[in-house]
Amino acid sequence: MDVDQAVTDKAKLDGDFSELYRDHLRDVYSYAYYRCGNHHDAEDLTEQTFLQAYRHFERAQAESDGRPLRPWLIRIAHNLAANYYRDRSRRPQTQLEDAAVISDPHGTEELVEGREELSEVLAGVAALADDRREALIMRFALGMDNKEIARALGRSEGATKVLIHRAIKQLEQRLQGEGDEGDERG
Amino acid sequence: MSEVERLLRGALVPIEPPMHMGERLERRLTAVTDAAVDEWAEWDPSALRDPRRWLRLVVAGVAGAGAGGALVLVRARQKQKRREARGLAALSNGMREVSGDVRRRLNRR
Repeated sequence: MDVDQAVTDKAKLDGDFSELYRDHLRDVYSYAYYRCGNHHDAEDLTEQTFLQAYRHFERAQAESDGRPLRPWLIRIAHNLAANYYRDRSRRPQTQLEDAAVISDPHGTEELVEGREELSEVLAGVAALADDRREALIMRFALGMDNKEIARALGRSEGATKVLIHRAIKQLEQRLQGEGDEGDERG
Repeated sequence: MSEVERLLRGALVPIEPPMHMGERLERRLTAVTDAAVDEWAEWDPSALRDPRRWLRLVVAGVAGAGAGGALVLVRARQKQKRREARGLAALSNGMREVSGDVRRRLNRR
């Protein structure tokens, strides 16, 4: 391969990476935020994810066979987060800021009611096992379908479908239980 | 859609990254690039005679493979901003200009 061709190929690769970055920065950041529970760590994780993605982008692109690279990106973030918490014996912060309320403001009464409901749901999500929680984040915060989530988690599509179904059921039971307790107290 | 799914959709919303995130990442990519370029600049063919330097050269080569591209990416963005152009077409033009820069650099070696 001559120099001209190599330079052209590299420029094309960088153009593709630039596009990937623009298209999925919000996805990676959202995943990182819900995984870490705070903006500071989410920024670090997002940065590390894209730096690592850049190092392996050429190979990933060649092996993707035209499939979307979002699951690959999220998988990098997933692995980095797992290593981060394992190495430092940390646990992700489970108390998430009320992102939904901030991004979608309502009237005052609706806001108070919405905040309580939101807190219960986020607490319920935080209490789930890691794989269930991550599957729900990918489904609802990132809008990924079963196929994409399966690739990101390294599972089969069938297993992913079951995982999400069980996560939703478990959350439903928890919220139902809290609702019943509230009724009894009232 | 069940009630829980509706609640989840309302609670787990996408989070917008802060504005400085892009600049921060560009700075990191540039730093990686500069380090690799420095490493290559120090390269001397006679170094191959010394096996103790082989590993260093391999490491620099690996970093350079990614970092050279990072330089292209970052410079393309800078050129794009300067021209106040928008869209992928503009980025592609920037890439072509940067390709010329890189080609000239490689030819000088």
